[in-house]
Order: sequence, then structure tokens, then C-alpha cells
Amino acid sequence: MRFDTAAAHIGVGRDPRTGSVSTPVYQVASFQHPALGQSTGFDYSRTKNPTRQALEEGLAQLEGGAGGLAFSSGLAAIHCVLQLFKPGDHVIVTADLYGGTYRLFHEVLGLEHSYVDTTNLAAVAGAVGPNTRAIFLETPTNPLMKVADIGAIAQVARAAGALLIVDNTFLTPCLQRPLEMGADVVVHSLTKYLAGHNDVVAGGLVAKDPAVGERLAFFQNAIGAVLGPQDAWLVIRGLKTLALRMERHQQNARQIASWLETHPLVEQVFYPGVGGMLSFAVRDPSIVPQVLERVRLCLFAESLGGVETLITYPFTQTHADIPEEVRLQLGISERLLRLSVGIEHAADIIADLDQALAGGHAQ
Amino acid sequence: MKPGTKLLHTGREIDRTTGAAAIPIYQVSMFDQPGLDQPGAYDYARSGNPTRQAVEGVLAALEGAEAAFAFASGMAAISAVLMLLNAGDHLVVTDDCYGGTYRVLTRVFRRFGIDATFVDSSDAAAVTAAVRPTTRMLLVESISNPFLRQTDTAAMAAIARAHGCLLAVDNTFLSPYLLRPMEAGADIVIHSATKYLGGHSDLIAGAVAVSNPDLAKEVYFLQNALGTGLGPQDCFLLMRGIKTLKVRMDRQMATAALLVAWLRERREVREVFYPGQGGVLSFRLASAEMTAAFADRLQIPLLGVSLGAVESIVAVPSRHSHASVPPEERARRGITDDLIRLSVGLEEPEDLIADLEQALIHA
Repeated sequence: MRFDTAAAHIGVGRDPRTGSVSTPVYQVASFQHPALGQSTGFDYSRTKNPTRQALEEGLAQLEGGAGGLAFSSGLAAIHCVLQLFKPGDHVIVTADLYGGTYRLFHEVLGLEHSYVDTTNLAAVAGAVGPNTRAIFLETPTNPLMKVADIGAIAQVARAAGALLIVDNTFLTPCLQRPLEMGADVVVHSLTKYLAGHNDVVAGGLVAKDPAVGERLAFFQNAIGAVLGPQDAWLVIRGLKTLALRMERHQQNARQIASWLETHPLVEQVFYPGVGGMLSFAVRDPSIVPQVLERVRLCLFAESLGGVETLITYPFTQTHADIPEEVRLQLGISERLLRLSVGIEHAADIIADLDQALAGGHAQ
Repeated sequence: MKPGTKLLHTGREIDRTTGAAAIPIYQVSMFDQPGLDQPGAYDYARSGNPTRQAVEGVLAALEGAEAAFAFASGMAAISAVLMLLNAGDHLVVTDDCYGGTYRVLTRVFRRFGIDATFVDSSDAAAVTAAVRPTTRMLLVESISNPFLRQTDTAAMAAIARAHGCLLAVDNTFLSPYLLRPMEAGADIVIHSATKYLGGHSDLIAGAVAVSNPDLAKEVYFLQNALGTGLGPQDCFLLMRGIKTLKVRMDRQMATAALLVAWLRERREVREVFYPGQGGVLSFRLASAEMTAAFADRLQIPLLGVSLGAVESIVAVPSRHSHASVPPEERARRGITDDLIRLSVGLEEPEDLIADLEQALIHA
């Protein structure tokens, strides 16, 4: 079955009693057992819930993995996968990582970690130490959209006996399937493209190896950061249009990237040629506040991957948790704006950006 | 204002914008920002959602707390509280505790260098004896599970104060309607809000209430950094459940008292455990061989995990709530197959007694 077909059919046919095309929202905590020692397969919704399971199996199918899991947020998913390691273990991490993931590594977990430019294969290989247990990759990176070679890094990981974990939030399985390229676990903020409507906060994991999937399910249940049924249902609903949305996001992003390339107030455009995310640096950082105030169609808000175009200022928003000198070193400067291109008409997005940039310049 | 009235009138139940008598469900991930230097009250729903904030306000008011936080499950709430500790820290925990708490302490947090000693917290001298120089927290269940032993929270608070450590009370079995541990000096109150607070077997949720602004800052940091906040639909249902907590608990207690008196007269029952308050009771059958037939014969109570619901729920702790505790530890604690836990629901007491009677006779 092709990707678009599989995505449109997630959750279909899961209620044979009624034939309901849509998976029911099982708003329930506990399940009655037929008799002592017997179970319907469901005991307690933290452990397993039919609505969440429909989503989890759908995620595994779309990413081509063995076990899918859904969490109360993307960070809860990342926290869960990092439970596979213990203090003293070393993890190689993409340098310009999402600020929330950076915070987890830096302030919460006791793991050793090195920030590496994962677009530089030699740097990744050079960072491997005797206690390296994982490589945690974002590609394209956030917000500079640098692309890493998942297949090549998978070989480095295998040689080191480490797991390769890929955050696939930006491209989604529609455009990139890391497990097919050699990754072991895929991480998602489902809040973004997979749900796609800015209406739910959720996270997901998919493991390639069933044994890894089972260990992750243990931690999901033990720590209890699970996704509620209503939110799980909304993610399923979002997944049905994922392929259509990604096509339009990408088409719009390509158009906007080329338009920005020629704009006199824009110094540089960061767009990897794929997906719906791009960043751009303005020549004069003093116009940033006015641009953010003047945008009308584009929403000035954190998050990304929704049907509406969002504009973010990584320097003080998504990456505020990273110390300033690190931010500047990574190129996350006060000139940089990030655009999550929505599915509006490209001409309307361009017109809005044009008036915001021009107005900012006039002041 | 009496606790029963407060359940309905904390001042957080009304939507200020429209006057709606129920808080709207903000099914949203992000919030449009007014301007770069004028951040809005909300930016990203993992970090703050108006529906979640409303129920958190209610929970704080009910517990007499500085602040409260709603989590994806009771285990996510407990995990957040345990994340307040650092490697090398020690805590003293009620030995007769929920199996999930035992599991997360011994299989997740122990690996991070956090060590727990399990003692009978109904014995204050035993708790004092277990305190070490590295003890940073007492984690007690106000009513233990499954033997329903009562812990004196004021005595625990005195021990915590004397040793400069935090007192965290899991108040799931009593709810703030019957016990407000902060009035006795607790620093942290934890709930599986799935149980009495939600009360309808229709949601999975947890809560943490804290007594001072410093703890509030830390718990908020963890809720946001780990991304384990509760989704909006479940927040709404929790708020809705809280409104009937008093009438439910009053009825469940009255029925529990009748059942306890009746069970104590039965020759098929060896021992009954009931702390004199709350809606949960436990009892030992005359022999473990009776358990399967007894459970199978029951018509009215649901057989399954969980408690605190409108429906009566029968569980066999060795198979359900405490299945995650290793068999030798279960045996040490007396959690054997003859032990039955009954969470009393809202059914007519006569019906429950008749049902128990026929099941005991035929067991």
C-alpha cells in the first residue's frame, strides 16, 4: 500500500461491531475483565487504550516500524526514548537542536552529551567515544535547516554499537522515512505536521526493533506520559490529510523561498528544498519587531507544521533556552526569522510578508 | 466555605470572557502573539492552556495549595515529583504503596541514583528510623494500597521538618474533600485524578499541588520541560467530575460502611480492611481457591484495575494494581491471591450486598 493510501486509512475498520469508519474515541480509564485471569487485551488506559492504539499502530505503519507509541507531548516522547540510557552513557546530539530537547539534555537528564554538526559526517564519527550509546539527530535541523545523511550516520552508529534516533518532525514519514535508511527509533512532535491543525499537543515514537519497542512501552506505561483519547483521535484525523498537506506546504515553501532570495531586505534564506519549513535572515535586525507586529495573515506564534502560516523568532522564542553565546555560535542570530509555511495561497503569504518587511523598513 | 461547597465555587469555574458556566475546551496547540515585546498570556499549549489552567486553579483551591498542576496520568504526576530529587538523594516511601509507584521507583528512578526505603508509614517511629542524612523526601500515601492503613500526615510533617526534607502525600484515596494534607504541613500533594477527582472511569489524569512558590516554579518547569501536561478534553472532564465529588464520596462512604459491617459477619471472609473513611475496602477470602469463582460470580461490580468511580470495581491486587510488584515482595507484604479490593460505587447498597452474598456462597 502506498503512503497516501495508508495515511488515509488509519483507524479505519477498527470497530467491527458497528462498522464505524472513524475510530471511536474511547474516553475511558478502565476496562472490565471477562473473568479473573482473563483480559480483553485492555486493562487500564494508561497502559493501552483502543483509540491511542489505532494511532500508535498507524504511526508504526507510516514510519515502517514495529512499535509505535503516543505521548502527551513531543518532549514526553523524547524523555521516554532517553530512558533507554543511564547516567554515564554518552549521546551525540545535533548541534542546533530544538530548544526544548536541548533543555532536556542540559537541565534534566544526567546523560553525557556532545553537540555536533551532524551534517559533517567526520565530526559525528570523531565524537564517538567508548560510552557512546546513541546518536540523536534532527534533520533538517531547527532553525537552520541543515540536512544530515541519515544512512551514513546509521553506519557510524552501528559501528559504535549505538542507537540512531531521528527526530522526523520537520519532514514527516511522507517525505523521509529514517527507519528505512537505518535509524533505530523515530521521534515526532505530533503537534506539528502529523496532526497539522495547531489543535493538539502530542508526541510519538516508532521503533524498528520490536524488542526496543517493548522497552519503550514499559517506560511509557511506568512514567505515564500518555496521550489522551480525544487528542489521539485528532492526530488520526490529521494524518488522513498529511500527504495532501505536505504537498501543498512544500510547493508554497519553494515559492516563498525563491521570492525571499530576491528580496532586498533579506540577507540569506535557509531552505533545504524539501518540506514546509524555512528560515531567513534579514539584513537589518532592527526591523524584526515591526515585521512580527505587521504580519496579518501569518501568525506570530511558536510551533509549526499547521495549516496556517506561522512566523517565529528563534533567537528569543523556540531557542531561548540555549545560552546566547551558543545560539550565536550556531548561527541562531537576532536577524533570523523562521517560517512554517501553511497551506494558504502562496501569493497571499508573499503579499503579507512583503508588506510586513516593507513597513518594517520604512520605520 | 466548607469543602463540599468549594468543590463548586473556587472562582475558577466560570469563563470570564463570555460568562459561560463551564470553561471552554481550548483544543489548540499554540497562541498568536501580539508582538515581539508584548508576549501574550499563553504561547504554546504544552507550556500553558486555559482549560488546563482552570482545572489547575480548582485543584490548588481545593488542596489549599499555592499552585497545582495537571498531568497526563497519576504516574506522570508522581514522576514529576520524583524528578525534584537529584542523584544521590534518598526518600522514604509507604511500603504498602501503589504498584506503579513501586515500579517507577525501583525500575526507573533507581537507575538515576535515587534510592528509596519502603517502610510502614502508619508507624511514625519506623519512618524516623528510615531517615538518612541524604533523605530529601517522604512520599506517603494518606491511605495505603491495598491494606488501607492510615498515615498521620501531621506526624509525617513533623518528621519532615525535623530532618529538613519534603513531605509529599499521595491523597488519591481520600481526595481533598476528606483530607487536605497541606493543612497538616505537607509540601506536596499528589493525586491520581483518574480516581475520585475524575470519578467516572472516563479519563486518565494526575495532579500535583504544592505549598510554596519555589516548588511551584520547579514543578511547572518539569511539567513543561518533560511535556507531561494533561490534554484539554481530559482537563474539562476532570473539572466536571470534581463538581460531584462530595455527593459521590458521601454516598460511597455510607455504602462502604454498610458493606464493611456486613462482610465482617460473613464466615467466607477472614479479615476486612477499612480505615473508617473513603470508599475503598479490602478483604481476605477464607481461601485463595475461592477468588476466581468469587470474581466470576459477581454481576454488578466491574472486574478490573482502577478505583474511585461511580461503578463499583473489584480488583484482585496480586493480579491487578500490584501485578507490577515482584512476587517475593508481594508475598512479603501479604498481597496474596485471597485478597480482594472493592472500590464502592454509587449502586444501591442492597444490590451490592445481594450480589456479594451470592458470589460468596457460590465461591
